[in-house]
Amino acid sequence: MMRLKGSEIIMECLLKEGVHVMFGYPGGAILPTYDAMAKYDDRLHHVLVRHEQGASHMADGYARATGEVGVCIATSGPGATNLVTGLATAMMDSSPIVAITGQVPIPAIGSDAFQETDVTGVTLPVTKHNYLVTDVRDLAYTMKEAFYIARTGRPGPVLVDVPKDVQIAETEFLYPEAEIVLPGYHPPSAAREHEVEAALELIAEAERPIILAGHGIMMSGAMGEVRELAERAQIPVTLTLLGKGALPEDHPLVIGMMGMHGEACSNHAIQEADLLIALGMRFDDRVTGNLKTYAVNARKIHIDIDRSEINKNVKADVGIAGDLKTVLNQLLPKLERKSHPNWIGRIRDWQEDSSERDILNYETPGKLLTAQVINDIWRITGGDAITVTDVGQHQMLEAQYYPHQRPATLLTSGGLGTMGFGFPAAIGAKFGKPDEEIWAIVGDGGFQMTLCEMATAVQENVNVNIAIINNNFLGMVRQWQELFFEKRYQATPMVNPDFCKLADAYGIPNRLVTQREQVEDAVQYARSIVGPTLIEFVVEKEEMVYPMVPAGADLHDMKRRPKPGEA
Amino acid sequence: MAAMKVENKMTVVALVENEPGVLNRIASLFRRRAFNIDSLTVGRTHRPHISRMTIRVVAGPEYAKKIATNLQKLVNVIDVRVLDNEPHVERDLALIKVRNDDTESRNTITEICDRYPARIIDVGTEVVIIEMVGTESIIENFIEEVRPTGIVEMIRTGVVSMGRGTRIHDSDFQRPALTQAAAEQAANGNGRIV
Repeated sequence: MMRLKGSEIIMECLLKEGVHVMFGYPGGAILPTYDAMAKYDDRLHHVLVRHEQGASHMADGYARATGEVGVCIATSGPGATNLVTGLATAMMDSSPIVAITGQVPIPAIGSDAFQETDVTGVTLPVTKHNYLVTDVRDLAYTMKEAFYIARTGRPGPVLVDVPKDVQIAETEFLYPEAEIVLPGYHPPSAAREHEVEAALELIAEAERPIILAGHGIMMSGAMGEVRELAERAQIPVTLTLLGKGALPEDHPLVIGMMGMHGEACSNHAIQEADLLIALGMRFDDRVTGNLKTYAVNARKIHIDIDRSEINKNVKADVGIAGDLKTVLNQLLPKLERKSHPNWIGRIRDWQEDSSERDILNYETPGKLLTAQVINDIWRITGGDAITVTDVGQHQMLEAQYYPHQRPATLLTSGGLGTMGFGFPAAIGAKFGKPDEEIWAIVGDGGFQMTLCEMATAVQENVNVNIAIINNNFLGMVRQWQELFFEKRYQATPMVNPDFCKLADAYGIPNRLVTQREQVEDAVQYARSIVGPTLIEFVVEKEEMVYPMVPAGADLHDMKRRPKPGEA
Repeated sequence: MAAMKVENKMTVVALVENEPGVLNRIASLFRRRAFNIDSLTVGRTHRPHISRMTIRVVAGPEYAKKIATNLQKLVNVIDVRVLDNEPHVERDLALIKVRNDDTESRNTITEICDRYPARIIDVGTEVVIIEMVGTESIIENFIEEVRPTGIVEMIRTGVVSMGRGTRIHDSDFQRPALTQAAAEQAANGNGRIV
């Protein structure tokens, strides 16, 4: 056994968990741990961020890109509270991260000491679990438990708060080799036989079935099983925002995203279906619209690893709490081949109507539109980049105009809708997937929330391409103001800095694009440079994202872009 | 005296790890999910590391199930059951301080206490304290009977429940390695050292 300090035990545990990189920011109460880092520098790389929120999003981006646990680290008080937005983001999107925070020494806890915050209290509702370690001898076990909880079941963020004196105290380091067993923590795995039978029966009876494919498919690794289910029973598949990538979007059965800004065909299909097969998704309000009129004709099969999601928003006829891959493997051997030509034909009609309304099929001389920029990036990158978006119009247009073929290639804050997520998450993703091409697609609003991380990208020479979609507006809010507040653009027009000059100041190569013809060259330029690059796309100020289901409206009650000539 | 109507209440019983902050986690869950709780009691079991909670909610079975599935998500919650599905006994305890300063009130109180499983446990010239143990509904009835005499102070523990017969709700779980600290502590018989 080795006698180690708490700070060294933290490092040893990170190594045991296979961690190579952590994102953080030092400060008084975490200083002993930073001091210990030097000894581990060759195996554990620390990325110095410029704001702790960035660290939490980077850990999140890393986790989403790799499926492994991302690690962020911060000091007590303000350092820890700055992580909160990132933890809440990870919580909503079930992203596994472990946050390590310094805390004031144990004797000072509760005394309103300098930089003291009740961090386990503050983060309780936005973490899957959290710990305050009060004894250095608990540290190793707690670290192991934290990683275990973060990555198993429905993944999520776990925070470990370590008082400064616990980091300094020494103990014999004994890494707990035994599997973690927690009395009240048993993520479900398989379905019961009668549940499988019931699901099969509903599928056999259905004439207009549709699969709602969510994030859980990728977290369970059930992509092949879902594809098998869809193909064998000829069931069309619609995706949630975070479900994009679960099946290749050029697959003939995949009909695109559902929900508020989903494809009209998806929403119509859900409303007319007689069976919803919801896989690893949670019927978020942005997906369902008005619950009273949601898929009223359909019976529902809902499979999710989180039992509390079953019957939460939508009542399931067959609700199965289980690991999707396991459950589908129980179900598939007994699944009969089927076909639904009429149903799929009906969906094709809706798709045809949609393509007539597609903005890309419009004549828009002299204008640069977000949809065009994103679709061009898709074309130029061969549709094979990992795109990390921020939140707003560009995010929804990314979902519509950048079809994804592989899992975990669209990283976006879906549940919490966190502006400022995109750019730091892209940096984190690059650390997880160094060989992939990474594009941070961000708006002018969100980018300014975390743009300080440009310095991080430069310091670490992170090969991330930043595409700023600049309309000098908080575009999505402006869209709501146009539609629902008589165009009173209160606090949405933005006076922005010169983003290219800003990039110059950070030493980041950059281009300004104002015309469609310049897009290709600029995107290729960004791709040719190793290290961060920034392209500012100045787009139309008042674009709209269609279709749109107004908040709380019926899912089929979509605002549509008029067809050419109708407007 | 008309019995106060006991609304449709459900009972959720949870075994939880006896650790600091667990009650806070549960309270926080109820608050953020906007679960309406009628009463919540927590106490020790025969296992030092396990506490047991009885949660009463004014709700239907689906709501109780929702609470149960959410409770089960908390790492420190070992096991949850909705008790109304099975035969069970329940007890609530009330301490009721009642005016006792004239012959009529003294007689009335004695008479009521005779008809209920209630005891006078503190006697004074102005007031008495009555201890009343029973089901929630019988306590409600009792309270309504003594109310006209003049209740001046009252506290109730909230309901505790237990399945009848061999419907055992227990967990023999012991944290495997405990923590290193606890293991050493157990070996040395020492308290915690930071």
